[in-house]
Amino acid sequence: MTAEPVPLRPVRPRWRETLGLLVRNKVALGAALVLLAIIVVAVFDRAFAPQSANAQDIADRLQAPSWSHPFGTDNLGRDILSRVIIGASVSLKVGFLSVGLALVVGTLLGLLAGYYGGWVDDVLMRLMDMLFAFPAVLLAIAILAIRGPGTSNTIIAIAVVYVPIFARVTRASVLGVREEVYVRASRSVGASDFRLLTRHVLPNAAPPIIVQTSVSLAFAVLAEAALSFLGLGTQPPNPSWGLMLAEGREFIGLAWWLAFFPGMAIVVTVLCFNLLGDGLRDVLDPRQRTLMAGGGR
Amino acid sequence: MSEAAGATAASVPSDSESALPPAPPPGAPLLEIKGLKKHFPLTQGVVFKRTVGHVRAVDGVDLTLRRGETLGLVGESGCGKSTVSKLLVALEKPTAGEILYKGRDVAKMGGRALKQYRREVQIIFQDPYASLNPRMTVGDIVAEGWSVHADIAPRKGRLQRTQELMDRVGLNPDFVNRYPHQFSGGQRQRIGIARALALQPEIIVCDEPVSALDVSVQAQVVNLLEDLQDDFGLSYLFIAHDLSVVRHISDRVAVMYLGSVVEEGTDAQVYGSPSHPYTQALLSSVPLHEPALRGQKDRILLQGDVPSPANPPSGCRFRTRCWKAQDICAVEPPALVDRGQGHPSACHFAEARTVVPVDVD
Repeated sequence: MTAEPVPLRPVRPRWRETLGLLVRNKVALGAALVLLAIIVVAVFDRAFAPQSANAQDIADRLQAPSWSHPFGTDNLGRDILSRVIIGASVSLKVGFLSVGLALVVGTLLGLLAGYYGGWVDDVLMRLMDMLFAFPAVLLAIAILAIRGPGTSNTIIAIAVVYVPIFARVTRASVLGVREEVYVRASRSVGASDFRLLTRHVLPNAAPPIIVQTSVSLAFAVLAEAALSFLGLGTQPPNPSWGLMLAEGREFIGLAWWLAFFPGMAIVVTVLCFNLLGDGLRDVLDPRQRTLMAGGGR
Repeated sequence: MSEAAGATAASVPSDSESALPPAPPPGAPLLEIKGLKKHFPLTQGVVFKRTVGHVRAVDGVDLTLRRGETLGLVGESGCGKSTVSKLLVALEKPTAGEILYKGRDVAKMGGRALKQYRREVQIIFQDPYASLNPRMTVGDIVAEGWSVHADIAPRKGRLQRTQELMDRVGLNPDFVNRYPHQFSGGQRQRIGIARALALQPEIIVCDEPVSALDVSVQAQVVNLLEDLQDDFGLSYLFIAHDLSVVRHISDRVAVMYLGSVVEEGTDAQVYGSPSHPYTQALLSSVPLHEPALRGQKDRILLQGDVPSPANPPSGCRFRTRCWKAQDICAVEPPALVDRGQGHPSACHFAEARTVVPVDVD
């Protein structure tokens, strides 16, 4: 026999091993904990917010951060900390749902186009090209103009903009995996298309899709900001991070905290998404996994 | 012997309403290939594709595989060997000709019959690094066939049977939860063999199973294949470009050149008294391991390159490089028939010529 591989640790259920490795990856664990905290705050926003989002106190307007208003107040004397907390739910909801929707639809379309090729590929990808041909914001504006403003329509609009991106990324990855010998091997055993797609093609085509997801979550929060800024997303006086950022822009020279704190909220959230995405991609790859388990990174 | 090994591959499937008839007795033809052709279209244009020609990867191959024997298929790179293997395991559809398995044409099989065929005809791939899904454990890879053909192994006993199979092919059964990248090339090829064995096949198509391995490991894998053949009554179609490996394992040998078979016979016939010029040239290119015999070797150097399979020469495919070529060779393709040498040869001027001194071993 040739050289024996290094002995393996005792067998544990695979999901527990995955979780264990994720916990050992300090950066990913930190990102996950921060995200969890942000989500908890967003879900129980009323409990965490010191004031109502729209409680005005004109006498106290444009106050710099202080003990009574840790993030300061805006031009109408509203507490920015409260607005950031309450705005979190809208921003996160739009981010998660729009990207989730685009991920499911786009990945499915890309998978079918890449795997079956031929006219399926031609039809689906030409449709995607048509969506791609419009500038993203223009397309979203058009959708919102037709369906009317509101959170759920914003989610749909952003999802439609992102579907072609996921479809393209998935298709490109699938085209490479489809020709692998192990896919043919599985077919020669008699496996169905469904089995080939779910057990062989999708898992091996996943890494770029995971990265695309974490990047898109970031962009979706910003897209919501852009649409709100144009008056098509969240309607004032209700807060969302993007809308606050847009509103604070006017006062940036006079009172930096108006734009700074919602901006920081977006930065931290987006950074955590990306770090967690990277960690997940590594942990889900058996080759990386062995290195990590052995090296104890 | 383990339990999995005890259930012989040759046994009739337990499913009484099996879509395919039971296997014939040993020595009887199990698989017959008649006039098999596979042409890949060459297209031009982006939106409106038009066919500007065909690559004749396989162009009229006749072969018979008898039950329990090993048929070696040799030829240089690009001669269509691997396309034959893909056609045999129904990964490609033939352009013309038929593959008769137990008397039924594979191209006309559908549904249950095809599923049953895929179970009975398995394949081992050339590249042990590419043929195993990097994201599945060895246990899942070996057992995958059972989730398609659930009647072979009940769900409960699958782990045990997987480990028995791993033991049978010389892998440590404790490694069942490892991933392919944790194994060496030879071990990976054993995983591929276990995957093929799991379905208790009649025929295993070995598509260059050892050419990606170290020489020391090649012998181990070839010996394993021979042991398994004895234990399970398997029939092999053994495709390779390594003439000595083919000679070692094969009962009969077929030589391919540019999409068709040029000579066929027992290994003694083909290696001892080759009658087709191409076979003679091929054999003369093999280095001899016995220094004393080196001077006696008849060295034939061919002129030119293999012609493009998209535009093969008329008549005899080999005529452009053959030192015996005459006018008739350009006009009439020679049939693969016995021309007085005791085995079929596709040459108008076939005559036996001992190229390599026969070492009695």
